[in-house]
Amino acid sequence: MSRVSVVGFAQSDCVRQTPGTTNGVEMLVPTLAEAFERTGLSKSDIGFWCSGSSDYLAGRAFSFISAVDAIGAFPPINESHVEMDAAWALYEAWVKIRTGEVDTALVYGFGKSSAGTLRRVLSLQTDPYTVAPLWPDSISIAALQARLGLESGRWSEKDMAEVAARSLADARDNPQAQRSGDVSVADLLDAPLTADPLRAHDIAPITDGASVIILAAEDRARDIVSRPAAITGIEHRVDSPVLGARDLTRSPSTEMAGAALDVKDIDVAELHAPFTHQELILRGALGLGDDVRISPSGGALAGNPMFSAGLSRIGEAARRVMAGDADRALAHATSGPALQQNLVAVMEAQQ
Amino acid sequence: MTTEAPPLSEPLEIQFDYTRSLGPVLGRFMTGLAERRIEGVRGSDGRVHVPPVEYDPVTAAPLSEFVEVGQEGTVLTWSWCADPVAGQPIQRPFAWALIQLDGADTALLHAVDVDSPERIRTGMRVRVRWADEPVGHIRDIAYFAPADAPDDQPPPPMSPAPPAAEDDGIMITPIKLGYDHTVSPEESRYLRALGEGKLIGQRCPKCEKVYLPPRGACPTDGVPTTTEVELPDTGIVTTFCIVNVPFLGQQITPPYVVAYILLDGADIAFLHLVRGCDADEVRMGMRVRAHWRPREEWVTSMRNIAHFEPTGEPDAPYESYAHHL
Amino acid sequence: MKQRAAVLGTGQTHHKAKRQDVSMAGLLREAIDRAMADAQVGWDDIDAVVIGKAPDLFEGVMMPELYLADALGATGKPLLRVHTAGSVGGSTSIVAASLVQSGEHRRVLTVAYEKQSESNAMWALSIPIPFNMPVGAGAGGYFAPHVRSYIRRSGAPEVVGAMVAAKDRRNGSLNPYAHLQQSDITVEQVQASQMLWDPIRYDETCPSSDGACAMVIGDEASGDAAAEGVAWIHATSMRTEPTTFAGRDQVNPQAGRDAATQLWRDAGITDPLSEVDAAEIYVPFSWFEPMWLENLGFTAEGEGWKLTESGETALGGQLPVNPSGGVLCSNPIGASGMLRMSEAAKQVMGKAGDYQVDSARKAVGHAYGGGSQYFALWLVGAEKPE
Repeated sequence: MSRVSVVGFAQSDCVRQTPGTTNGVEMLVPTLAEAFERTGLSKSDIGFWCSGSSDYLAGRAFSFISAVDAIGAFPPINESHVEMDAAWALYEAWVKIRTGEVDTALVYGFGKSSAGTLRRVLSLQTDPYTVAPLWPDSISIAALQARLGLESGRWSEKDMAEVAARSLADARDNPQAQRSGDVSVADLLDAPLTADPLRAHDIAPITDGASVIILAAEDRARDIVSRPAAITGIEHRVDSPVLGARDLTRSPSTEMAGAALDVKDIDVAELHAPFTHQELILRGALGLGDDVRISPSGGALAGNPMFSAGLSRIGEAARRVMAGDADRALAHATSGPALQQNLVAVMEAQQ
Repeated sequence: MTTEAPPLSEPLEIQFDYTRSLGPVLGRFMTGLAERRIEGVRGSDGRVHVPPVEYDPVTAAPLSEFVEVGQEGTVLTWSWCADPVAGQPIQRPFAWALIQLDGADTALLHAVDVDSPERIRTGMRVRVRWADEPVGHIRDIAYFAPADAPDDQPPPPMSPAPPAAEDDGIMITPIKLGYDHTVSPEESRYLRALGEGKLIGQRCPKCEKVYLPPRGACPTDGVPTTTEVELPDTGIVTTFCIVNVPFLGQQITPPYVVAYILLDGADIAFLHLVRGCDADEVRMGMRVRAHWRPREEWVTSMRNIAHFEPTGEPDAPYESYAHHL
Repeated sequence: MKQRAAVLGTGQTHHKAKRQDVSMAGLLREAIDRAMADAQVGWDDIDAVVIGKAPDLFEGVMMPELYLADALGATGKPLLRVHTAGSVGGSTSIVAASLVQSGEHRRVLTVAYEKQSESNAMWALSIPIPFNMPVGAGAGGYFAPHVRSYIRRSGAPEVVGAMVAAKDRRNGSLNPYAHLQQSDITVEQVQASQMLWDPIRYDETCPSSDGACAMVIGDEASGDAAAEGVAWIHATSMRTEPTTFAGRDQVNPQAGRDAATQLWRDAGITDPLSEVDAAEIYVPFSWFEPMWLENLGFTAEGEGWKLTESGETALGGQLPVNPSGGVLCSNPIGASGMLRMSEAAKQVMGKAGDYQVDSARKAVGHAYGGGSQYFALWLVGAEKPE
């Protein structure tokens, strides 16, 4: 079975509020152009297109349809869409290339999280009979998870603050980050609790953004870039939605996805952790030791554009492989309340 | 030198009272709540799930063995909601908690009414406070309070109770969401021009087609459209339908003619109304002109044109617009 | 290289305007349990789940697959959610097939649904958008002008729309799962029904249904091992074009023609009309039968209505179209496309019951969505593909 490689990645700036529309066209047009420029490809070179976005983020049915305007989709394109983070669109595209039907694919995700009240909109992801009618906001749910770990001794507030401090420091080198800075753990811990036990630094910002990845079959990839990031494996799993029946301090779906892959000798791991404690859960679930560089982009805490943040993690990890900064990189994406659904990909330099 | 005004934005509200049919398991649970009784369901591994789940999380088998559980329970974890959003049970700062009711093996997510985060802790005992008028809905559990709180404590401010369903086995879940709906810079310029009674389209730099309304990007070339073109308010009907059907949320009283209007000089038609003649007199190719609302009513919207009406000129030949169908 | 894949089993709900007896999970499981029984597989045999449905606003649940994970038996497994507007049931089937064709999985469960009675699709599709004229009138209002264009362009007599409706409704009365059961409806009755979105009459429109459809798709070994007939997937195709652009052909969209061209090429079919034995085509308004016959290349442009008028698309004709009754009899929106795919499969599996097309060996399933801009097609056969 032939492998598939990442050959290009581009993302918009992560911003608190884009003046653009909820169909993402204004963010996608320049981002697509950048991805094409970096690969020397054009739209006619793309065999399959797949995107990820959400109607509820935009507040209207079929919001993704207008996004195809950004492509210039005529002559017609071979295209699909998932109502998920675009990391899963990448999975669908990866499968498509492996069927042998196409040898290139372009994946994009976009979201204007600022259009509605994000934490309230996300409560509609919970059980529509017994949970969603209570409108439990996404931050409160994550805070329930954080406390379980704090009180069981699996992590501390200091551990959480260290994740935030490292992420913001790393984000100083990421020109597209929404948040960055040089902050001390002590100062972070002095800040008030905003959603007890969470502080502001524990929570990813509300971010508008878009990102694009171009994939190619391994034998085609070499012609496009000098050092493609070959995907050696990609797996995803989902956990039970019942928050009160899950051990929220673990992520069984991440553990299972990781167990199905070879996650040894990883140099860099880009983890999609919208809350500081979730990075701690993920590192444990994937067995990532202290020698693994975690989220050098600053991760979701530096910018969390809904429905493209997971795809961006894959792109950031691939970028480091393609640039020669890493030989083997891991990327992770999450979806749903309290890390319910998780995807893990491993990439290595294509020789 | 003028600075471009920011894109236009308006609130977009979506609101619907969803009618959720419950089926046997959830139906029995909700009926129990209406009678101030809490029933869970036993899973294949013997665990009692509260709230009940319809299908076993381990084996996916349907579950049907009901078990009544207590109305007191223990807080397994909690978080503080300092700034409640609309619809949350308690409308002042409160705690969310996962609560394991006595006799249950899983925990229920609900709100706990305490004054401050200092008044709640993991392991605390809490008790159900029922809604005054239960209707068979998860909100029949109004909230939880510390088990030792006095019964006559006044209730906190709460979100409006959900309406009762007319049919058995149904619960009603109102969903109301507000968004900022922003239009593209191109469309904003077009809408602002409409506010001055002008129709401004844009020409794609690649294919040279004239779009009205202008688009953020040319849908075939994927590039921003830039050159502005002012168009007249006359054109033709390419095709149309007559709407005779009334429906929920309709803003125009039927019957009315919805037509694709192709303005003279434009390369794409848009939908608008045709009036000023009987519906059955509207024809493909008919020449029409905009009927503008009074100038003092103009806003930044295509609504400034109340409708299009026949000019009385001869119809355009079919061949002249066949490629716009 | 691409692995062979086959539909091992299909299942669907009894479609109705309001399935108030079940929750959303219960609705899905009715279809899933039937599909798994038909395929003779258990939960341990399922490697992954692919779910599709139309806009989340219809049920008021954001990404409902998350809440449904346990009911779908997906917990601990890969779960994908596809959304490509009205074509979603078709594209969901194709994504599920690709998981097998890529060699990734042996057996995949796929399901699509809509529970329209939770809200109101006309409302959800006509929410007034700021700055826009509130001219939206649901799907019928959207498609009626294009039907008028077709009639003008092709010169088709008005009766053709009514003939399609009467044929599909009578077919649906042979299908115990169909929502509308009208065994004795006549062309004259259709023509006498109320004009809703002129030129579309009431009886020429699809109902609004609650329903679900599921399939189990397996690899070559699973297909070979099946006790009863399976439907081998010979080819699939998907195409998209923008909703509107200057010069767009909205009657005979290029995306549909391109999708069909690829399908026939990949399936090795040179003359679809003589080589295909049955077609399940997405026809929510009766006039779309002749329109899609042309778009798919079964007839030349402008000739589709003649095939319909001649009776050759009825059961017993040269190309029975929608022997199950089609979308005109049941329209659980998100599931409607998968119903087309699974009904095509049932024909070549010999499991179509009273609406079985005699000795059907090859059948096509078709779905479209958005403003006639998303297309999904598959061709299934009783024999393995070359």
